Amino acid sequence: MPAQIYLDYNATAPMLSAAQAAMSAALAAYGNPSSVHSFGRAQRARIEAARVQVAALVGAEAQQVVFTSCGTEANNLALIGVEAKTIVVSAIEHDSILNGAVRPLVAPVQISGVIDLEKLEALIAEAPPPVLVSVMLANNETGVVQPIAEVVKIAHSHGALLHCDAVQAVGRIAIDMPALGIDLMTISAHKIGGPQGVGALIVGEHVHLQPQMRGGGQERGSRAGTENVPGVIGFGAAAAAAHNSLEDWDRVARLRESLETRLGKIFGNDLQIFGHDAGRLPNTCCVARAGIPAETQIIALDLAGIAVSAGSACSSGKVQVSHVLAAMGVADRIAHTAIRISLGPTTSAADIEFFFVTYRALRGRGVEHAA
Amino acid sequence: MQHSARTDTAPDGTTVTNGGSGNLLTPIYLDYQATTPVDPRVFDAMLPWFNAQFGNAHSQHQHGWQADEAIERTRAQTAAIIGAQSREIVITSGATESNNLAIKGVAKAYGDKRNHIVTCVTEHKCVLESCLQMERDGFEITRLAVDSRGFIDLDQLCSVVTENTVLVSIMAVNNEIGVINPLREIGSICRAAGAFFHTDAAQAVGKIPLDVEAANIDLMSISGHKIYGPKGVGALYVRRRPRVRLEAQMSGGGQERGLRSGTLPTPLCVGLGIACMIAEREMVSENLRIRVLRDRLYQRLMSELDNVSLNGDLERRIPGNLNLSFARIDGAALMMGIPELSVSTGSACTSGSLGPSYVLQALGLDAEGSDTALRIGLGRFTTMDEVEYAADRLIAVVREQQSKLYSPTSA
Repeated sequence: MPAQIYLDYNATAPMLSAAQAAMSAALAAYGNPSSVHSFGRAQRARIEAARVQVAALVGAEAQQVVFTSCGTEANNLALIGVEAKTIVVSAIEHDSILNGAVRPLVAPVQISGVIDLEKLEALIAEAPPPVLVSVMLANNETGVVQPIAEVVKIAHSHGALLHCDAVQAVGRIAIDMPALGIDLMTISAHKIGGPQGVGALIVGEHVHLQPQMRGGGQERGSRAGTENVPGVIGFGAAAAAAHNSLEDWDRVARLRESLETRLGKIFGNDLQIFGHDAGRLPNTCCVARAGIPAETQIIALDLAGIAVSAGSACSSGKVQVSHVLAAMGVADRIAHTAIRISLGPTTSAADIEFFFVTYRALRGRGVEHAA
Repeated sequence: MQHSARTDTAPDGTTVTNGGSGNLLTPIYLDYQATTPVDPRVFDAMLPWFNAQFGNAHSQHQHGWQADEAIERTRAQTAAIIGAQSREIVITSGATESNNLAIKGVAKAYGDKRNHIVTCVTEHKCVLESCLQMERDGFEITRLAVDSRGFIDLDQLCSVVTENTVLVSIMAVNNEIGVINPLREIGSICRAAGAFFHTDAAQAVGKIPLDVEAANIDLMSISGHKIYGPKGVGALYVRRRPRVRLEAQMSGGGQERGLRSGTLPTPLCVGLGIACMIAEREMVSENLRIRVLRDRLYQRLMSELDNVSLNGDLERRIPGNLNLSFARIDGAALMMGIPELSVSTGSACTSGSLGPSYVLQALGLDAEGSDTALRIGLGRFTTMDEVEYAADRLIAVVREQQSKLYSPTSA
């Protein structure tokens, strides 16, 4: 088997060594953090230290962090827990927003992949209050970064609260939640090199949140259930590491740019990079290649040892066209040929070179082997 | 204590010598119903899934497929310990989520046909809270009382279950007093009435034999961290024949056949599966060993102290639990007097609140009895040395406090 090249960071990222080390110790530790004996108190202290680290990554206060089991749970908790009468979302949100909201009003996006602010405002203005607006910070399939400060301004001017799914953006671009004015924000550990099985909803002090999971009253009553202590600790360690290495993504951005430039030169009009004209995350490249179905591309790349995806991992099992690309006005026939390449801090120039060579050799029925 | 499992000590940890029988690391962990340490074998099985094999189980490439295979093994291992099929296992973030999903999911799926739920006053907080939420949504809730030993009256259950009852939720083993409910009898009552039977088995897996077929169980909640697996993972068994429908409580990517969206945490899932496998394999011998320890502790406390009483039935009880009331002392002072023993006054989830245990009150204990109660949980890594030391300390401190409170000079 050839060397494995992982270019699917938006699905999940390998764990950082700092997070692994922190978790290994935590997995061997005894105690339920709600217990009052010394084992329990030690666990509680570890959780609270991690809460500070996670909050710091987005400029929030520790007491605003509600730990959950994943980003999906945090998104669902925000949408239902705020108890708004109307929820307004963008058309390119993650499934956990689109399916988690009851009959949401859906704001369209432009061809660039950026939300249409005028139409968003019109929807919010007409929506029966109280209104919760949920717009992601960066899209998981295209990497397009949304003008969240303006979205916040619009939402607040109509008395609406703003929830932001920042799962793909956090740790890759700097986020200052209070400066942006975001009321609730979702983040997930396993997208930033922390463990799977833990996420957080960061809730502004002014927001009243009804818990969804009921029970022992953990997380200050916002989310019951014994805390995933090692997971939370791993999350904290990953958040601290991510906070200290945001500049590493400049290198990733350069790799991505050089790849896209080379692809553009070779394939010209047979190639389309989505969201190219908008501001994007440094690591994401969503690209369609005329005439070769995405499934064929992915299987051929996988056989060559390269992991990429067609759209988001949650829906990769399903054969359906991306709702994100559809919302950007991409024809089905083109969307069916789109794959997502997502790079990470461990991606090397050699990895990208190997991807480029393999991708260039793709044909309708797989890889054309060089003679 | 297996020190391989315990690389971490509590902050005030010290070593004591126990009557020449060797050194003990204190505090001694005797709170196995609150949570259990991760078994080193579980830990070892989880490790590769944190680094080398880190993929998203829902991705369509080698990394994803490897993770997906591991999760399917987990499903089989979890199903095996309760006599279920793999595809009847929904993986969740823990028993709290499983209990919420079972109760609210069934209520919302069938609410237009039946709107009555039966539960019991000594259930875990998350069952009671889920029922309360459904009550606010218009469901009728019957909360059965228990007798002084901790059991519901089966005749009463029979009489309250009607054709309007959608769900009966009765735990398999109580988390505070360790008593074992008659699941077969409850299951047959539910089946006869056409009501679904949900049981919170967080404290039961690996402690008592469980068979969803024999006991007619339709839904069962399982926790990872109560069975020497990791925190942050659990499961809900959902019967397929006859099929139980659930309304998902978390929506998104449609994982877990649409019943529970969210990326599955592969390492945690692997840990749950291995923990189940070990529990299934070792339950009989482990129960025997722990029973000897528990009986020794119980016998020493009963014979060397006055005015000690056991809360909950002794016979129909898991081996690793004691719940004792010590008369004529102050409960808080007792806890303060034994910092070297990590025991609890009740459920960890509610231990932040200072009120008396609602479970013990339901048994008919007065304020004094429930205020001075201690829950002592023994488990896989408890040793006889620890038990003897715990008995020595408890006996000494209880005697001292009883004499202080009631010595003639203090009057």
